Amino acid sequence: MSEKFLSLEGVEKRFPIAGKDDYVAVTDVDLEIKENEIISIIGHSGCGKSTLLNMISGLDAQSEGAIILENKHIDGPGPERAVVFQNHSLLPWLTVYNNIEMAVKKVMPELDSKELRERVEKFISMVNLEHARDKLPDEISGGMKQRVGIARALSIKPKVLLMDEPFGALDSLTRANLQEHLMRIQQNVKNTVVIITHDIDEAVLLSDRVIMMTNGPDATIGEILEVNLDRPRNRVELQHDPEYIRCREAILSFLYEKFAKDDE
Amino acid sequence: MNKELLKRVFLPMVVLVLIIQVWIGIATTIEDFPTPGDTYVAAFGGVNSEGDEIIGVLSDPFYIENQDDKGLYWQVIESLKRVFAGFSLAILIGVPFGLMLGMSKTAQYAFDPFIQIFKPISPLAWLPLLLYIFQDINMTAISTIFVTSIWPIIINTALGVKSVSEDYMNVAKVLRFTPLEKILNIILPVSVPFIFTGMRLSLGIAWLVIVAAEMLTGGIGIGFWIWDEYNNLNYHNIIIGIILVGLIGYLLDLAMGMMANHFDYTKKGRA
Repeated sequence: MSEKFLSLEGVEKRFPIAGKDDYVAVTDVDLEIKENEIISIIGHSGCGKSTLLNMISGLDAQSEGAIILENKHIDGPGPERAVVFQNHSLLPWLTVYNNIEMAVKKVMPELDSKELRERVEKFISMVNLEHARDKLPDEISGGMKQRVGIARALSIKPKVLLMDEPFGALDSLTRANLQEHLMRIQQNVKNTVVIITHDIDEAVLLSDRVIMMTNGPDATIGEILEVNLDRPRNRVELQHDPEYIRCREAILSFLYEKFAKDDE
Repeated sequence: MNKELLKRVFLPMVVLVLIIQVWIGIATTIEDFPTPGDTYVAAFGGVNSEGDEIIGVLSDPFYIENQDDKGLYWQVIESLKRVFAGFSLAILIGVPFGLMLGMSKTAQYAFDPFIQIFKPISPLAWLPLLLYIFQDINMTAISTIFVTSIWPIIINTALGVKSVSEDYMNVAKVLRFTPLEKILNIILPVSVPFIFTGMRLSLGIAWLVIVAAEMLTGGIGIGFWIWDEYNNLNYHNIIIGIILVGLIGYLLDLAMGMMANHFDYTKKGRA
């Protein structure tokens, strides 16, 4: 298991603005992510955290620097870096089953029809959605949709799971429920996960490390926080855990003292 | 019977009575203008206001006297055949062309001005040119329909492609879909409702065009029949023809609408 699983080296993203200097969204990002590590990237809106994720996914190309996954430069999107989008991005004309099936079919064309069905069903049950197997996305709740999104992303056996504010659009109870799902899945199947979030509790609860971004323009990594909490983690018990409190406070102080943003 | 249904039946009846009153008004003002009663007799047979026994044009629509004298059914069928030939051709070429315009900015910039120019050209303006090219009634009618009804299909298909959300395209990118897989798995399902809207408009235009085209090309067809009845001084039949054209157009639109709903994913699962 190489320490250098996924690395970002001197990554910068500029957006051209007509008649003016380029807007530098993020700059000088150096980061190494270990295999099976869960990291969160947290920061105020406009800190370029989504831009960073889009560059790792390949949906956006970096202007400078390199992103390397298992010794290979990332050049464009691909299924080994599955994305869970904030708005789930399920195809509304396909059922839960068909949405996942479409992805598995494309990425694993070698499966015969029985293996294909078993694989799709395995991931549907991984997120406890057997009962919604044949429902259309419009017929299920937002939280369930996001669970399908996670199942779809995991079903194609990605090396890295990228989650762009995956639970941002959900109410806090549903969000907690999905965090539990994610932690439970992670207990059983190890994945390397990068989560973009603006929720401090979510960051601490889920991650091994929390990457804190400074404000844009020219945003970069401000601090990196190690979360030394054993798994499985229990959100209720953690409320009084000194390590949890320390992590929370570190992020709070970073976001609201060192890099406070007034215009929000 | 509930109140809503009563309104839906009763109110159109009131309007029908009004229309017939206006018709009677016109018939009494204009000399020899057919009255509603005589028109009914001309359609379904009976004795008209002058006491003549008449066989209605709709009592035996299937007769074939000779090559130039066929019943209304055959006239309508000929027209429908031409409409569907031209319309099918318009779909066959319009949908792929629209997909291309929607997917490629370059294609859009290149073709858009010409689409805007060709779109408003009346079928009657095309007709002489096409008649000169083909020297054949059928080909002229079909190509006129094609060239006037293809535009809504192209424009709506392109619109459908453009309405594909960035999110779905991102899914396609992550899964590394080929262009063909993108079209089949994502672009077409999103565009289908738009394509059907285009097809519905297009079929409406095609049905409008056929009547005008057949009047000029002659031969057989509902358009020609109406014009022929004018030349024969059978004014009743003109009105029958007009009502028939309207009813068939309405049925065509209804059928298209039902088909459109069937293929529209946004209307599935909610019914």
